[in-house]
Amino acid sequence: MYRSQVLICGGTGCTSSSSEKIINAMQVAIDNAGLNEEVKVVKTGCFGLCALGPIVIVYPEGCFYSRVTPEDAEEIVNEHLLKGRIVKRLIYDETIDNANDTIKSLNETPFYKSQKRIALRNCGVINPENIDEYIANDGYAALGKALTEMTPAEVIQTVLDSGLRGRGGAGFPTGLKWKFAAGNDADQKYVCCNADEGDPGAFMDRSILEGDPHALIEAMAIAGYAIGANQGYIYVRAEYPIAVNRLKIALKQAREYGLLGKNIFDTGFDFDLDVRLGAGAFVCGEETALMTSIEGKRGEPRPRPPFPAVKGLFGKPTILNNVETYANIAQIILNGAEWFASMGTEKSKGTKVFALGGNIKHTGLVEVPMGTTLRQIVEEIGGGIPSGKKFKAAQTGGPSGGCIPASLMDVEIDYDNLLAIGSMMGSGGLIVMDEDTCMVDIAKFFLEFTVDESCGKCTPCRVGTRRMLELLTKITDGKADMEDLEKLEALCDYIKENSLCGLGQTAPNPVISTLRYFRDEYIAHIQDKKCPAGACKNLLNFSVVKDSCFGCGMCARSCPADAIFVTDYVAPGKKKPAYEIDTAKCIKCGACIGTCKFNAIIKK
Amino acid sequence: MKSLAELKAIKEKAQAQMTARENNDDGIRVLVGMATCGIAAGARPILNKFVDEIAKRNIHNVKVTQTGCIGICQYEPVVEVVVPGQEKVTYVKMTEDKIDRIITEHIVNGKPVTEFTIGSYKD
Repeated sequence: MYRSQVLICGGTGCTSSSSEKIINAMQVAIDNAGLNEEVKVVKTGCFGLCALGPIVIVYPEGCFYSRVTPEDAEEIVNEHLLKGRIVKRLIYDETIDNANDTIKSLNETPFYKSQKRIALRNCGVINPENIDEYIANDGYAALGKALTEMTPAEVIQTVLDSGLRGRGGAGFPTGLKWKFAAGNDADQKYVCCNADEGDPGAFMDRSILEGDPHALIEAMAIAGYAIGANQGYIYVRAEYPIAVNRLKIALKQAREYGLLGKNIFDTGFDFDLDVRLGAGAFVCGEETALMTSIEGKRGEPRPRPPFPAVKGLFGKPTILNNVETYANIAQIILNGAEWFASMGTEKSKGTKVFALGGNIKHTGLVEVPMGTTLRQIVEEIGGGIPSGKKFKAAQTGGPSGGCIPASLMDVEIDYDNLLAIGSMMGSGGLIVMDEDTCMVDIAKFFLEFTVDESCGKCTPCRVGTRRMLELLTKITDGKADMEDLEKLEALCDYIKENSLCGLGQTAPNPVISTLRYFRDEYIAHIQDKKCPAGACKNLLNFSVVKDSCFGCGMCARSCPADAIFVTDYVAPGKKKPAYEIDTAKCIKCGACIGTCKFNAIIKK
Repeated sequence: MKSLAELKAIKEKAQAQMTARENNDDGIRVLVGMATCGIAAGARPILNKFVDEIAKRNIHNVKVTQTGCIGICQYEPVVEVVVPGQEKVTYVKMTEDKIDRIITEHIVNGKPVTEFTIGSYKD
C-alpha cells in the first residue's frame, strides 16, 4: 500500500515541456530516498491547466505543483515526501490559503470552481495506461449495464432522452443518429469515431484520448450494441503520437479483459475496434471524407444523401461520432438521461469542453455546463487577459466559426445561441483576442488555412476560397477599394451556397462574422489605408517622435535592417541628437519599439 | 469478462489502491510528525503502518499525511488525529503496537485513547 501518490501530467502539453524527464527524475529521487515502497509515481493525462504545466499533484495532501522542472524533483521528494514540508515556491498560488497558511483544494480555485467535468472526469486523475484505474472509477460498468439489463432500443432511447448532441460541431442529436442506423437492416454495420480534430486551437479530443482512452472504447462498444454493429474504427490523426499509443495500449488491455472481442459479459455480443491513422487533412474531419479515407481511398467528401446511417463505411449503415460525444455516453447510461438533461439549456444539454487559447491567462481545457456565458469562461475561469489589455473578441468554431464581440459576452453559450450570433460551437476551440488583434487579419488567417486544406474536389471551395484570400490580402495591403468589399461579400454567399461539403460551406464564416461586427475595421483598411489595431504591417509606418528621443541609439543598434540613423536635430532639454527611421528600408519588425526606454517610437 | 461480479471484483481491488487520491477535505486527518526529530525516533514505520492498516480495514474518509516538527521533540514519534469539529488529539512516543487501538477506538469509534495522549504521559 502506497502512502502517497505523485501524479505527473503526461499529456502532450506537459510532455513537450519535459514532464517525461520529471517522471524519471522523481522516480530516481524516490529510489534514492528509499521511498519506493511508500510512494508511487503515476503518469496521468491532461489536467486542463496547461498554462501552468508541467503539473505535479501529490496526494493525499492534494498539493498542486506548477511549472515543475526535472531539477525540482529532488526537492519535492526530500522535503515533501520525506519530511512532509510542502515546497511552497512551486505551489500554484491560487491554491494557497493565505489567511490560514494552508493549502486549498483545487476545486476551490477560480479555474476549477465553475467547471463540471463529465467528458474530462478521468483526465489527469487516473493512469490512462492502466485499465484497472478506469474500472475503479466506474469504468465499463455502463457497458455491463447496457448489455445485461437494457435492450438496444432502451440504450438508444436513453441517449435520445438525454438530449446529447454531437460535440464535433454541427450538434446533431446523437440518439437520432443511432436510431436511424439501428433501423436499417444490413448484414454488417459499423461504429466510427472521428478523432481527426483538425480545428486550429482545439485539443479536447486529443486530451480525452490521452487521458481517458477507455471511455471512448466503452462508449463505442455501447454504440455497437445499440445499432447492431460488431466492428468499429477510430480515425485518429497520426500527428497525435501519444494519443495513438495510449489508445493502442487501452485496446490491448480491453481485449485481454474480454471487454472487446467475442461474447462480452457472456451475452453473446461481439465487438472489436481498430485504429486508422489519418494524415492530418482537415477535410477528413468531414464524415463522408473520413469514411472514404478509412476505406483506403483519397480523403474526399461525397454528396449526401445517402447519409452514413443508410450507406456509410464500405457501403454499410454506419454511425460516426466525435470523441467528446462518446466520452459522455457511459455517464449517461450509468446516471440516466434525466441526470444529463438536467444540465445545460433548453436545447443544448450537458456540458461542453472548450480549449482556451490566445490572449488569455489560463490557457487550457475547461468543461462547463451549456449556457455558461463567454464572460464567465474568459474572465472567471480563464483568468482574464494578460497585461491589462482589453478583450476584443473571441473566436469559436475554428475555420468554420466566427467571432463574438465584447458586446455579446453575456450571451449564454449553446449551439443555437452561437448560430444566432453568427458563430458556431464547432469542436470547442475558443481563441481569445485582445485589442491588438486586427479582425481582417484574423479572417485572413483562417482563409489561408481553408485554402490550404480545401481538398479541391469542388470548384466553389477550391477556387472561391483562393479568390477570397486574394481580396483579403488586397485589403490588408491597403490596395483595395469598396468594390472589392462588395465582391468579397458576394463570394461569401456563393461559396456558402454551392460547396459540396461542410468545409466549403462554412469557409466564408470567419469573413462573414467579422464583417458583421467589425465592418468599420474593413473600411478603415480600404478607405483610410489604416489598420486600427496596428497589426497589418503593410499599413504601418514606424517613426521616431523626435522631441521624446534622448539619442541613446539603442533602437539603431537593434535594427536588423540598418534603417535607423542619427539626425542633426537635438530636442529641447536633450543632450544628444535624435534618431530617425528610413521608412524605405524599414521591415516593420518592431524590434526598435521593444528597446526604446522612452516610448519615443510609434507605429501607426 | 464474463460477468458484472468479475468487473466489480477488479473495481474494488483497484479502488483500494487509489484511496489516497480521494479529494475529501472534511474527513479525519492523521498527521505523523516527520521532521528530522520524528524520523530519527522512528516515525516512518508508524506512518506506513497507519496507511497499511487503514487500507486493510477498508476505511475511507481518512487522510494519513506527514507534518513537520511541532516542537515537542522529546516525545517523538508524535501523531495527531484531527476529527472535524473536535479538538485535535496528540499521541506521543508512538510505537507500532499502539496503532491498532488508535484506529479501532479513536478513528472508527470516535473515542480517543487517553492513555497514549500527551496529557497522560509520564516520564
